[in-house]
Amino acid sequence: MDAERRSAFRVEELSKVYQTGETEVHALRGLSIEVYDREMVVLLGPSGSGKSTLVNILGGLDHPTSGKVFFHDQELTAFNDKALTAFRRENVGFIFQFYNLMPSLTARENVALVTEIATDPMSAEEALELVGLKDRMDHFPAQLSGGEQQRVAVARAVAKRPGVLLCDEPTGALDSATGIQVLEALEKVNQELGTTTIIITHNAGIADMADRVISLADGQISHIEVHETRRPARELSW
Amino acid sequence: MLDRKLRRDLWHIRGQVLAIGFVIAAGVAVVVLSMGTLTSLRDTRDAYYDRYRFADIFAYVRRAPEHLAEAMADIPGVQRVNTRIVEDIVLDMPGLMEPARGRIHSLPEGRQPELNRLFLRSGRMVEPGRSDEVLLNVDFAEAHDLHPGDRVVGNINGRRRTLEVVGTALSPEFIYAIAPGEFVPDNRRYGVMWMGREGLEAAFDLDGAFNEVSLSLTRSAVEEDVIDRVDDLLEPFGGVGAFTREDHESDAFLRGEFDQLSMMTRIMPPIFLLVAAFLLNIVINRLVDTEREQIGLLKAFGYHNYAVGWHYMKFVLAITSFGVLIGWVLGAWLGRGMTDMYAGYFQFPFLFYRPDLGIFLQSGILSFAVAVAGSWFAARRAVRLAPAVAMQPPAPPVYRKMMTEKWGLERFLGAPSRMIIRHLARWPLRAGMTIIGISFSGALLVSTFFFLDAIDEMFELFFFSTQKQDVTVIFPSPRADIVAQDLLNLPGVMRAEVFRAVPVRFRNGHLDERAAITGVDAGADLSRLMDMNHNEIELPSDGLVLTDQLARMLAVSPGDWLEIEVMEGRRPHVRAPVNAVSQEYIGLAAYMDRYALSRLMEEAPAASGGYLTLDTNALAEFFEAVKEIPAVHGVTVLGAALEEFEEIMDETMVRMIAVYIAFASLITVGVVYNSARISLSERGRELASMRVLGFTKGEVAGLLLGELAVVTIISLPLGCLMGYALAAYMIKSFSTELYRLPFIIYPSTYGWAIIVVLLSAIVTGALVARRVNRLDLVAVLKTRE
Repeated sequence: MDAERRSAFRVEELSKVYQTGETEVHALRGLSIEVYDREMVVLLGPSGSGKSTLVNILGGLDHPTSGKVFFHDQELTAFNDKALTAFRRENVGFIFQFYNLMPSLTARENVALVTEIATDPMSAEEALELVGLKDRMDHFPAQLSGGEQQRVAVARAVAKRPGVLLCDEPTGALDSATGIQVLEALEKVNQELGTTTIIITHNAGIADMADRVISLADGQISHIEVHETRRPARELSW
Repeated sequence: MLDRKLRRDLWHIRGQVLAIGFVIAAGVAVVVLSMGTLTSLRDTRDAYYDRYRFADIFAYVRRAPEHLAEAMADIPGVQRVNTRIVEDIVLDMPGLMEPARGRIHSLPEGRQPELNRLFLRSGRMVEPGRSDEVLLNVDFAEAHDLHPGDRVVGNINGRRRTLEVVGTALSPEFIYAIAPGEFVPDNRRYGVMWMGREGLEAAFDLDGAFNEVSLSLTRSAVEEDVIDRVDDLLEPFGGVGAFTREDHESDAFLRGEFDQLSMMTRIMPPIFLLVAAFLLNIVINRLVDTEREQIGLLKAFGYHNYAVGWHYMKFVLAITSFGVLIGWVLGAWLGRGMTDMYAGYFQFPFLFYRPDLGIFLQSGILSFAVAVAGSWFAARRAVRLAPAVAMQPPAPPVYRKMMTEKWGLERFLGAPSRMIIRHLARWPLRAGMTIIGISFSGALLVSTFFFLDAIDEMFELFFFSTQKQDVTVIFPSPRADIVAQDLLNLPGVMRAEVFRAVPVRFRNGHLDERAAITGVDAGADLSRLMDMNHNEIELPSDGLVLTDQLARMLAVSPGDWLEIEVMEGRRPHVRAPVNAVSQEYIGLAAYMDRYALSRLMEEAPAASGGYLTLDTNALAEFFEAVKEIPAVHGVTVLGAALEEFEEIMDETMVRMIAVYIAFASLITVGVVYNSARISLSERGRELASMRVLGFTKGEVAGLLLGELAVVTIISLPLGCLMGYALAAYMIKSFSTELYRLPFIIYPSTYGWAIIVVLLSAIVTGALVARRVNRLDLVAVLKTRE
């Protein structure tokens, strides 16, 4: 690992305990890790291993019970709600399993929704071209296939040129051929724009496209696998 | 088990249940309030009239021999005849600078009269043969804190007399005790009293004669025929025309009040129930949407289609029951308050708020019927949903670009604005109904506030444009012209203008109306005539000016001729042209040049009274002098009437309006709250996603409420328009012969209505917007819609 590389996220002793009724669920147990700029990381693990909790905290959607998270030099865990919203607005691109597009907006408008509030965005058209949807720009989500909708979501996430892209099961609702198209888009964004990318999946077949694969189990890191060379997304299969 | 689900679901959407329940409650409350008050008042009036024998026909005459009573009793259809002496007197009340007006009625010696009997509130009846004993009407006695044993001093037919109050009484004739020519009761300045017949005969030199007669009729009697016969009998003795209860001031005011109450019942409840039906419809529809899978599951388990439909209907019934119950309680409470208010306003010996059970039942049944009808189609969707289909997610809503966007207008709109517009356009019916719902709110407010404008306008015209005098003095009988000089000689009088008032009957073909012609001098300054555009009318040297209402009732316009039967003096029958129509909102009146009138009367110019302006520094001297003058038997002080009226307005209108504002706001609150909650429920996922994407709470709340803001803003002008139409409709029901309300809505009324609607919408919206804070950002990412 290149020691000169700047860290995007630095996580120190992160714990998260959910209180569900009488029982306490320990989603994260003192987890520490560093994610570097321009890196593509895959978080692998069975459900309940804590990977979503981790990403939610990294994305400023959730607060940890204890521990600290730094984004570049800022301590995210010290942010209040308002600062976290601004953080998401400025720095984070989200991609969700179920796309979460606005049904009443066209592909172009879904992207524009975000570019309108960003400081230095690319144009909606440019972002959609990046994911290969230039000719479907004026369609509403209901008129697009699942893969196309997810690629709109990718375009929406990257259009504001975020520092980091957080993807929670981006191919979870897609078949493998369509899923690969989406992964290709993510790969392209990571390489061309240098966006730090964290992908949550429980699909080990995706892991080969990452610089690092971090496996989680029971709220802790169980294993880290470093790839010297990444496998292109189009060669993946599952 | 389904009932447990019902209870939990109701609890879950309790805010919406409350909001809809209160809209229903408002509708029910108005029914119980107005119908209950109306029936209570009407029953009380009928019982009072019946028990105390309120007469059907009344007639004044100059001086008729007592034996005419027998002739009148023989008229077919006449049941009872009661002759009386009724005279106006002037009272000198301690604590009142100006003289008070009094109207004194004779009582048969030692017994109750045949008709218009008295309810003795305190003390005793007048002893036979005692000409110094009087009964006072309760209002006047209370206004002056007079009790049996106290004395009043009055100028009776030019003689100063001291009378002993032996009791206080109420009469069905004076439920609304109003001085002749006035339009608001003034209990301090107008007193009704009763005295033994012999004493009055002596005082007014009417031995063996009467000057007023009341008759009651049998069921089969024809009023017009009896009136004609009575008029024939009285004419030689100076009869001024018999009239029915229709023209009896107290009864007419009561009827006007009843009309207003029954109109409230006609207009308001349907509005509330319609809105409630619409709200139930959207809520049940949304419930069926969110519980789609559960419905499928229930049906898959073997629940019958109708069991599922019934389940949703029970939702409606539960909400409606809640609303109806609250409405009953609220209505009964307000009804009691309103009846109490009327009890202070109208003089009944007894008045209880006793709405009959039928009103409660009717309002309940109506509410349930409307609620079930409103949610029928929504519940039917649940019935018709096939289990296999139900367990799949619904097809996503299809959005379209709007027409305007195709024209390229989207350039000007950001993505959030487009979301708002497309969401509205996606459910145009719902958006339309929401707009109409909020408009109702505005319309109710406009039509309520409008009454203040109308009354204000009426008073503006009456007190400040047409009536410039400070006081009006009335003589017991016409005086020679020279009296104007005498008036000017009274202390403090700055200006005096005399007038002549003559009772007449106007005829135009088969139409006839009793009224008075007031003769005023050309160029008179103190009492002016205004045309329909509020420009002053120049009094024609010949011919008549009629008030618009009288002209309408006689179906004449300027240029037409009228037959006039004068009911005084030589009683000539003449014809005269109508020269102009004037605007007056109170009473029926006709005007003429005073000299033209005297020519028409075939008499020398004379005066029935005078309009005076006074030096405000010499008021006490003036009134002191007037009390001593035998030739004055009535003084009306204009400012006092205005004060009295404003007091009544404050007591009644302001309270009523507060209730209406609350009720009208309930509509806005109900509609906005439900729309916002449903929007939140439908779009919670969208909104949470936006929060994740970095939109602030304010921006997301803006998106949620933006839609409602658009809807509310569209509904504002619509509400004003509907309010205008509603007011125009209501004004018709409010017009009686006695008074009409001008149809005028001040711009500020629209302004206030808009402010109330906006405030209600904003407060409600803010309440819902707080829920944006509670959006679960994490959960939304994990679930499919």
